[in-house]
Amino acid sequence: MGIFRWLTPLCLKALHLNPLGLVLLMALSLPAYSQTEADPGQALLTNLADASSREMDAAIEAIVDSGDPRARDWLNAFGNNRLSRIEETGQVVEVLRNVGRNWTIADPLTGENLGEMSRRELDRVNINNAIRGKLEGVLAMLDLYSDNPEVQEAAAEAMMGKVNASVVKPLTKLLERDLPGPIRNRIEESVAIYQLEQGDAEAQAQAITVLTGSLHSNARAALNNAVAGDDPALAASAKEALVSIEQKLKMNRAAETLYFGLSLGSVLVLAAIGLAITFGVMGVINMAHGELIMLGAYTTWGMQQLLPGQPGLALILSIPAGFLVAALAGIAIERSVIQHLKGRPLETLLATFGVSLILQQLVRTVISPLNRSVTTPEWMSGSLVINDALSLTLNRMYVIGFALVVFAGLMLIMRKTRLGLEVRAVTQNRAMARSMGIRATRVDILTFGLGSGVAGLAGVALSQITNVGPNLGQNYIIDSFMVVVFGGVGNLWGTLLAGLSLGTINQILEPWAGSVLAKIMVLVLIILFIQKRPKGLFPQKGRAAEG
Amino acid sequence: MPTSQTWLLRPLQERSTQIFLGVLFAAVALVTLLHLIMPEGHALHVSAYTVTLLGKYLCYALLAVAVDLVWGYLGILSLGHGAFFAIGGYAMGMYLMRQIGDRGVYGDPVLPDFMVFLNWDSLPWYWQGFDMAWFAFIMVLLAPGLLALVFGFLAFRSRVTGVYLSIITQALTFALMLAFFRNEMGFGGNNGLTDFRDILGFNLRTDATRLGLFIATGIALAIGYVICRGIVTSKLGRVSVACRDAEARTRFLGYRVERVQLFVFVVSAMLAGVAGALYVPQVGIINPSEFSPLFSIEIVVWVALGGRATLYGAVIGAILVNYAKTVFTGVMPDAWLFALGGLFVLVTVFLPKGIAGLLQKRQKPDEDSNADPSKPKPQEATA
Amino acid sequence: MSIKKHVKLGLSALALSVSFHAMAAEDPIKVGILHSLSGTMAISETALKDTMEMLIEQQNAKGGIDGRQLEAVVVDPASNWPLFAEKARELLEKEKVDVIFGNWTSVSRKSVLPVVEELNGLLFYPVQYEGEESSENVFYTGAAPNQQAIPAVDYLKNELGVERWVLAGTDYVYPRTTNKILETYLKDMGVAEADIMINYTPFGHSDWQSIVSDIKTFGSAGKKTAVVSTINGDANVPFYRELGNQGIASSDIPVVAFSVGEQELTGIDTGPLVGHLAAWNYFMSVDSDANYDFIDAWIEYKGDEKAVTNDPMEAHYIGFNMYVEAVEKAGTTDVDAVKDAIIGVSVPNLTGGYATMMPNHHITKPVLIGEIQDNGQFSVVWETSSTVAGDAWSDFLPGSRDLISDWRAPLKCGNFNVKSGTCGASAGEQALADAE
Repeated sequence: MGIFRWLTPLCLKALHLNPLGLVLLMALSLPAYSQTEADPGQALLTNLADASSREMDAAIEAIVDSGDPRARDWLNAFGNNRLSRIEETGQVVEVLRNVGRNWTIADPLTGENLGEMSRRELDRVNINNAIRGKLEGVLAMLDLYSDNPEVQEAAAEAMMGKVNASVVKPLTKLLERDLPGPIRNRIEESVAIYQLEQGDAEAQAQAITVLTGSLHSNARAALNNAVAGDDPALAASAKEALVSIEQKLKMNRAAETLYFGLSLGSVLVLAAIGLAITFGVMGVINMAHGELIMLGAYTTWGMQQLLPGQPGLALILSIPAGFLVAALAGIAIERSVIQHLKGRPLETLLATFGVSLILQQLVRTVISPLNRSVTTPEWMSGSLVINDALSLTLNRMYVIGFALVVFAGLMLIMRKTRLGLEVRAVTQNRAMARSMGIRATRVDILTFGLGSGVAGLAGVALSQITNVGPNLGQNYIIDSFMVVVFGGVGNLWGTLLAGLSLGTINQILEPWAGSVLAKIMVLVLIILFIQKRPKGLFPQKGRAAEG
Repeated sequence: MPTSQTWLLRPLQERSTQIFLGVLFAAVALVTLLHLIMPEGHALHVSAYTVTLLGKYLCYALLAVAVDLVWGYLGILSLGHGAFFAIGGYAMGMYLMRQIGDRGVYGDPVLPDFMVFLNWDSLPWYWQGFDMAWFAFIMVLLAPGLLALVFGFLAFRSRVTGVYLSIITQALTFALMLAFFRNEMGFGGNNGLTDFRDILGFNLRTDATRLGLFIATGIALAIGYVICRGIVTSKLGRVSVACRDAEARTRFLGYRVERVQLFVFVVSAMLAGVAGALYVPQVGIINPSEFSPLFSIEIVVWVALGGRATLYGAVIGAILVNYAKTVFTGVMPDAWLFALGGLFVLVTVFLPKGIAGLLQKRQKPDEDSNADPSKPKPQEATA
Repeated sequence: MSIKKHVKLGLSALALSVSFHAMAAEDPIKVGILHSLSGTMAISETALKDTMEMLIEQQNAKGGIDGRQLEAVVVDPASNWPLFAEKARELLEKEKVDVIFGNWTSVSRKSVLPVVEELNGLLFYPVQYEGEESSENVFYTGAAPNQQAIPAVDYLKNELGVERWVLAGTDYVYPRTTNKILETYLKDMGVAEADIMINYTPFGHSDWQSIVSDIKTFGSAGKKTAVVSTINGDANVPFYRELGNQGIASSDIPVVAFSVGEQELTGIDTGPLVGHLAAWNYFMSVDSDANYDFIDAWIEYKGDEKAVTNDPMEAHYIGFNMYVEAVEKAGTTDVDAVKDAIIGVSVPNLTGGYATMMPNHHITKPVLIGEIQDNGQFSVVWETSSTVAGDAWSDFLPGSRDLISDWRAPLKCGNFNVKSGTCGASAGEQALADAE
């Protein structure tokens, strides 16, 4: 998260300008430097590039202290590993595009594009994790003075645990200003963490009061350290603070586990619900269901390739596209294979198993055996922060929502449309339905297309969570069958309930049993449950249940 | 239960069984002779590599026969027979591991290598006794049989049928796969059991032992086939076919359907266990991937390809698919899955009775016509 | 198809040189390639098959070995472990190959091992592995734990000041052994039991929510925390995604991975991962001419500007060149002669140094720590000052502390026990003999 924050608008200690003004100012001031006297930036960058890891701090400091309006850009480029030197001339350049053998470079002083250069002729200016951490602190310090409250808040967040002797004074000073509540709290906490470690007894006592209510992990870390410290009085009060924090945390953890469970459950529901239609309603055991999911995921990847730079738009377009691709593939499977196997449901399993092998190898041959990288759009990455201890990951929240929408949509189709009516009629009594004038073949095609299309939708969602590769389908096919059978074949509500409950049970078991055992336990649970209720949670009733 | 003492002998009087046994023994004898008599390098020489390969096919054939017994004649589509196969294999693997003795890399006289380097200090209780061949061989039958008994008892008692049964057999093998992958289980985790040296005092790395194992597998397949044939031609077999075609009616006629199912299921699991036990010394490794649900589905495909409810069809299917696999993975490594997948699709769609169906067409309709599972089931109430 | 192409190429070259070299009339040297092209491992192993074909093509263009052309024999063991053994037997017995390059997973190597030992073949194994093995017939060109895991932990401790450790891995032998070694190593350095968290997940694990949340909690105890990840291939994408989404940045809790290379990164959006680490003996970003030449050749061979190289490919590069040199030195492809000749052979690696085959059939390698960049590459942030020799038997496992391996003439033993002075496997027999 740290690096992206730097892409936020510029702001500087010296100039309290709004971001737009600053950019304008920069644009005006640039040519003036490069044409007349030697640009001081040159020396600063060379200094940075030459610095050994010990001298790094000073080199960064020098850049910050220069007050140069471009400092922010340089440090960003440095933090992003984008500064390089040309081997021959020693000139420091910014790498704009660093993919492949030839890199696009630019002059960091003027921003002028210098064209492409072979990677062989460039030496990267090294940065490592430790320096990057410090850099984050430095940049956060700059951001604290921003006029944009969002930037400020992010900066205050980043300061947590990074306060050292050099910034404590300016921070304390900053607290005298009129600050919005959350930012003030954050800064107070981060100062308190410092005081708890370095301050005198009075400051320490005060720090504990400040940190008592905090759920932030850095606060807990500091308190834990105090408990382990040599001062018994301090340790006791730190312990007390920790106990009260622990209590609050328990609630949050329970909520978190529930969320994890729902999220895993909704993934299962998405993967299984298409199967619930083809398997439950049509009686077709489609082993290629997993590969239809895979097609949906690959469609997302393809869309993102078609629309480079717009992962969000591509993702949204992938929803109809993924549905269509998988539905068409499904219909093709139905027409070419399954329709020849009417009345032999178990044999559809075998034929579609063959289809799944073919589809997998097709992807391997045509696209690649390697996984494909699908980008998560900005609005889906990160998490929704409820409080310091509880934040809900956004991608999973979207998936939960998506699963519910898909489910609702399917229920609508099955209950409220002509197609749904016909599907239910054919399911209950094929011969009777046909004699009432329903074209059963057409219904079969549409049902299978619908189920397959939903699998495609699952693939679009899964592309945001897991690998997009030839094995994607295999990883979900067994789970999908379990969910459908557990819920009761032919019952969409059963699938929903089964998916969500299996997901939740799994996540409740996982922390104390470990993920492998949790999974085994869930499987054993399914086996035992089927003994108890041989037709799943919601058994089909009446004539449809026969055969 | 088969009451007549002659149920095992009856199949020997059938022509189909005689032909099958004749072909099988002739093939085994031919391979043995060609391996022993023909000089190496001669066009007709059968190398040790081929002998082992054929031995592997025969193991798969026995496994397929076991699956055909429950699927073809009992109507239970087991998607978990790989589990019984693997358990039998593990029982044999444990025996072979104990036979390594102190020849492992760490030279520990008792503990297998993987236990030494994961710091186990003593042999877990379930490894006790496996240094004795008779105990291990009993376990080869008992362990899969017991699992099938418990699982089958629970499932058949509560009348789990159809896809529900198929899916929970799949859950069974999947759960076992995950469990055996765990290193805490003490079965070597993902690396499984390997680096075997001796079986019954014979060095596994000699051609003579390989040939011996091949012949033993041929005999096991013959016995397994006769047992299955004996069951399906007995009264029990006819009841089980009745269960397959109309479970509720059979029950209403007064038969204890679940007992029939349980008996046949356990026999089938034991046969699968034997197949696994013969498989392991020939391929030299047993690892949890044999538990993989996909492998179990593949077995069913062999049976379907050969022709369900014929037994000899299962043998043909298993050998054919695996031979195709061997050839394709060598000749067209990039595309063999296309060929294999295509084969599955074409056979199920165009050859519903499998290869056996093709063979049967030429003959006069035999006594087995009642065992045609591809006929649509009559409507019946199972609830 | 590609085999045919090579045969053709070999034949035409043969026809040309036949009048100059008497040796050229000999049969080509057959190189078996035993990598999965289908199944779950195809994702990693396909590139290695291509690497070998490229290297063979290059060598043939240079005139082969001593005038003899090379011919690749490719088979597909399909990620199926028993099939690996079967295919190895096919290569050695039926195809009569002179050498095999292959395998990725430990279990596949374990499955092949008895076959190559029985038929006295040669196997070059190119992947980092758990050690605890030394076979007369196998050459381990990937890293042993002391060439990857231990230097990485040293780096985290010394450079980043890490005091609290999460050892997270997929539940199979490589992570188990590596973590066992690291646990002992860390405890020897004075790390408390409470500061080590060990977690195992199944293959292809995709739901990392609660584990990442646990790591987060574990990391809030006040000490700098790092994750040492031996998580296998496919499970990494969802793992890193979850890390990013739960807001764990590399500057808070860095993750150092032993199984994530350039090829795995092509399937991940690396933006959120910048700064997380990996330890290998080679990175595509290494700044050396040998490496740039290799990359150029690879891109040309694949016809794909985006093709990446990785550590196991370098291992094959080294292994192949060592084999070539050893055959030239021995003057024959006879297995026993090559086995003797190859010990001590030094060939350039791709990082600008040399790799030497040690008597224990492991090679010397530099250890590099790289940070993930937003372009799917690693930038090297640290490397060992000299190369490290691979250790077949770890010093940090009780069972193997006293074992060494030396396949040179007088000793010729893969598991010599320095305490008892016997060759491991026969230790028991020796004890029995003494007792009598």
